[in-house]
Amino acid sequence: MRKVAIYGKGGIGKSTTTQNTVAGLAEAGKKVMVVGCDPKADSTRLLLGGLVQNTVLDTLREEGEDVELDDVLKVGFKNTSCTESGGPEPGVGCAGRGIITSINLLEQLGAYDDDKKLDYVFYDVLGDVVCGGFAMPIRDGKAEEIYIVCSGEMMAMYAANNICKGIMKFAESGTVRLGGLICNSRNVDNEREMIEEFARQLGTQMIHFVPRENQVQRAEINRKTVIEFSPEHSQADEYRALSQKIDQNKMFVVPTPLPIDALEKLLIDFGIAN
Amino acid sequence: MLLRHTTAESIVEREALTINPAKTCQPIGAMYAALGIHKCLPHSHGSQGCCSYHRSMLTRHFKEPVMAATSAFTEGASVFGGQANLVEALGNIFTIYNPDVVAIHTTCLSETIGDDCGQIASKAQESGKIPAGKVVINTSTPSYVGSHITGFSNMVKSMVTSLSESTKPGKDNVVNIIPGFVDPSDMEEIKRLAGELGVKTILFPDTSNVVNTPMTGKFHMYPAGGTTIEDLKATGDSKATLALGPSASGAAAKALDTKCKVPCFDLELPIGLQATDRFIDTLRRVAGVTVPESLNRERGQLLDMMTDMHQYTYGRKVAIAGDPDHLVSLVEFLVSLDMKPIHIVTGTPGKKIAPRFQASLDKVGRPVNLKVPGDLFHLHQWIKQEPVDLILGNTHCKYIARDEKTPLVRVGFPIIDRVGHQYMPTLGYKGAIRLLEKILGAIMDRQDAEAPEESFELVM
Repeated sequence: MRKVAIYGKGGIGKSTTTQNTVAGLAEAGKKVMVVGCDPKADSTRLLLGGLVQNTVLDTLREEGEDVELDDVLKVGFKNTSCTESGGPEPGVGCAGRGIITSINLLEQLGAYDDDKKLDYVFYDVLGDVVCGGFAMPIRDGKAEEIYIVCSGEMMAMYAANNICKGIMKFAESGTVRLGGLICNSRNVDNEREMIEEFARQLGTQMIHFVPRENQVQRAEINRKTVIEFSPEHSQADEYRALSQKIDQNKMFVVPTPLPIDALEKLLIDFGIAN
Repeated sequence: MLLRHTTAESIVEREALTINPAKTCQPIGAMYAALGIHKCLPHSHGSQGCCSYHRSMLTRHFKEPVMAATSAFTEGASVFGGQANLVEALGNIFTIYNPDVVAIHTTCLSETIGDDCGQIASKAQESGKIPAGKVVINTSTPSYVGSHITGFSNMVKSMVTSLSESTKPGKDNVVNIIPGFVDPSDMEEIKRLAGELGVKTILFPDTSNVVNTPMTGKFHMYPAGGTTIEDLKATGDSKATLALGPSASGAAAKALDTKCKVPCFDLELPIGLQATDRFIDTLRRVAGVTVPESLNRERGQLLDMMTDMHQYTYGRKVAIAGDPDHLVSLVEFLVSLDMKPIHIVTGTPGKKIAPRFQASLDKVGRPVNLKVPGDLFHLHQWIKQEPVDLILGNTHCKYIARDEKTPLVRVGFPIIDRVGHQYMPTLGYKGAIRLLEKILGAIMDRQDAEAPEESFELVM
C-alpha cells in the first residue's frame, strides 16, 4: 500500500487535484482510500457526489468510543473509500488535535488493514502545516510520499517551501519523502519553467503541470470529478496523466528548502517582477 | 542521600531544563484566590486531572477539604472546544451546589486550544444557566507562563475587572488591602492589625475561615469566611488600595486604579520589622489615624527579641527559596537580624523581581547569589559550594536540608509536612516574632545537638 499526502497553500486546489487524481487511479483499477484532513470536510465531496459524509470526529462526539468503521467510511466513485476527519467550527477548539484523534481512531478501527486490500491511501491536508496536528499524516511513517500542490504565485511557492521544511524535519527521523510538486496552473507568466526550476532547487521534480481549465469548475458544481463528469474532456486526460505519473514515480527525496532570498530571486529571474 | 547526584562543581547555565522547580502551576494560585471569595466555587476549565491535582495540593498545605469543579475535558472537548462542557457545568453547579460565585480559571489544554471563557460564560448567561443574582468570573491561567503567583495575581485582577464598581463621585472612608498569596492566618493578622489601627478595610481575597475552619463535626461546603460580592463591588468606592507584594497583588491594584480611580500603594509583604513598619505607616497615613499603643507594644516586643538574641543570628549564612513577594521581605528581615542571606532562588520569572532585593543585598557586605527564575537544584549546588547555617523555604527544601545536614525553617507554599501555618501568621510583628522563634529554635537546637559537653549551654 502506498501512502500519499497532498499538501499546499489554502485554496490552491488540493482537494480538487486529489480527488481527480484518485479518480484516475480508481479508473485504472486501483483500490484507493481518501482521508480528508480538513475541518471543512470537503475533501471527498466530488468522489461521493455531495457532502453526505459523517465525519470521524462528529461520529466520535455523538457515539462516544463505540464507533464502527462503516459509520465513517463511505464508498465513492469506482469503489473508492472515502472518510473525512472533520473538526471544530472556525474559531473554536483545536483542528490539529482533531486530525491526530481521527487518524488514531481510523488505525484502531482497522481502516488500513491488509484485508482492505488498499493500493493507495491519500491524505488531503489543510493549507500550511501550521501546527503539530497538521503534520500528523507525515509522522510515524503514516504517509510516506508527499506531493505539494502549488502554482507560480509567490505565496503558493512560499507555502510549498515551508511545507518542505516540515518534511525535512520528519524525514530526518522517518520514512517520509517528497514525491514532487504538482503545478496547478494559475496562468502566471513562465509558470511551467519557474516551477520546474523551483522543483530542481528543492531537489525534486515537477511531476505534472495541470493547465487551468473551466471544465473543472463545471464538474465541481455538479459534485463530480472531471473524470466522472466528462471522461472525454482533455482535462480528464491531464488528471489521468498525473495519476499515471504518480503511479510510476520513483523519485522520492528529502527536499532542501530555499532561503527566502533565493525564493525571491527565482521570482525575479522568471520575470514576475516586471 | 536522596539528592546525592547534585554536584558542587561546574554550575551549568541551563535554558531548557528545570530541576526541582521552586514554583508550581498557575491554576493553584487562581483556585486559592477564588476560595477567598465568600460562597465561591472555583472551576477548572480543562481535564479532570488538573483540578484533582490543584485541589489536593491545596488540601495538603491547609489540611482542609478544597472544593472545586471541573469542565472534565475529553478527547472530543479538546478538538471541538470546551464550550458545551462549560455551559453544562455551570448549569449543574448552580443547580446542585448553589454557590454565589463561580470563578473559572483555564488550564494549559483549554488555553492552548484557545477557549474564550468570557464568551462561553456569556453564552451560559444567555441560555439561562446562570440564575439571577449569581456571578461568574473568569481568568486565564496557562501554566507554561509564570507560576502559581501569576495565577493568583490573574484571578485577583479578574475580581477587580469583573466586579469592582465606582458608584458615586466621592470615595468611602475605606481602604482596600490585597494580601497576596499568603496563608489564612496572615490574612486574619492583616485584618487584626487594621482593626487595631481603627481603619475600615476590605481585604480581598480573604481565605481566613475558609481554609482554616474549626472542627465542628459538620461539613460546610461554603465556610463562613471569604470576601463577599458586595464588598468586592464596593472596592471601587474605597479611598485607596494597599497592594501587599507587587508580584501577587500589584496587577489587581493597578486595574482598580485604572477602572475606578482608586489610588494604589505598592508595598512589599509586611514580613519582618521594617516591612511591617512601612505597612502600618502607609495604612496610618492613608486612613488618617494614629498608631495605637497596642501596636507600638507588639513592635517593641519584636525589637526586644531581635536585640536580645542578636548573638545567635549575627553572621549566620542562610539559603532561601520561595515566592518573590515573600523572599524580598524575608531577605530584608534576615539582613535586619545581621544574618547573611547568601543564596536566593525564586522559580517565578519576572524582570522586575531581582532589583527589589538590591537595597537589602547592599547591606550584606559581600557578594550574594540570586537567581530569578531559578530552581532548587541550582540552590543546592550553591549550598554545596558554600554551606549555610540555615535554609528557609517550603517543604521541597527538606531533601536539601537532610542531605546537607542543615536546619530548615519552613516558610511559604507549600508546607505539606508540618502544621501551624494555617493558624499562626508570618506577617506583622507577631508573625515576625513567630518566624524569629523558629529561626532561633532551629539554630539553637543544632547548637545543642552538636556542642561538645564542656560548652553545652544551659542558658542561651
